[in-house]
Amino acid sequence: MMLIPCPWCGRRDESEFHYGGQAGVAYPSDPSTLSDEQWAKYLFFRDNPKGAFRERWCHTAGCRRWFNLVRDTVTNEIHA
Amino acid sequence: MAEQNSPLGGFRFPEGPVTIAEIPFLTQINIRKEPDSSLPLSAGTSSRSGDVDILWLGPDEWLAVGPPGGFTEHHWEGSVVDVSAQRTTISLRGPHVRDLLALGCATDLHPGVFGVGACVQTTLAHAPVIILRRESEFWVLVRASFATHLAGWLVDASREFAVEALP
Ligand SMILES: [Zn+2]
Repeated sequence: MMLIPCPWCGRRDESEFHYGGQAGVAYPSDPSTLSDEQWAKYLFFRDNPKGAFRERWCHTAGCRRWFNLVRDTVTNEIHA
Repeated sequence: MAEQNSPLGGFRFPEGPVTIAEIPFLTQINIRKEPDSSLPLSAGTSSRSGDVDILWLGPDEWLAVGPPGGFTEHHWEGSVVDVSAQRTTISLRGPHVRDLLALGCATDLHPGVFGVGACVQTTLAHAPVIILRRESEFWVLVRASFATHLAGWLVDASREFAVEALP
């Protein structure tokens, strides 16, 4: 079980959280100009690093706020 | 007048080592607004105003809990929604309340970090709950649809404390 630091509530069990995938994926500024391939890339393609990964989490069973953190995908260590 | 039915039908279990009792029909008002000094501003805290407890739920969200029938002396601006029917309240009393809660809740409720007035949104026996520590009891606010499960779990889990350890 990971302890995830909610910026509001502090460290809580992983089971209280919902995973939101990679952080910082910007919505295209003009989606109508995108090709199907570019749109599919935006929708479905995400980085899959071995190491530090910036991702979104929601404290579903607690304060229900979304936040970002950096997790090491090898060790599950959470930085920032 | 229409008949009122609470999710646990006024359930009481006073004969166990932990006294478990529903407090039905408490008024619950969800408030979403910009923070101001009339509200508790730290995560996991509550404040008391008359007979109304105001619980921190999020950086822009609070829950006011008070006697049945609504509040007359409190007015808030912002989004103010009566959610009284959403949850019922279970009161827990007795020397083993923390031990009982610890059987189904991973959040630290030690008096050193969870004193009078502390509140937390977490899970208890897998049910989403709000736990509030009051002077002489704990309140567990639970959604109506989870209330029967949770009351049954509390009664079952509390039996453990009826057995005295051998010397
Ligand atoms: Zn939180």
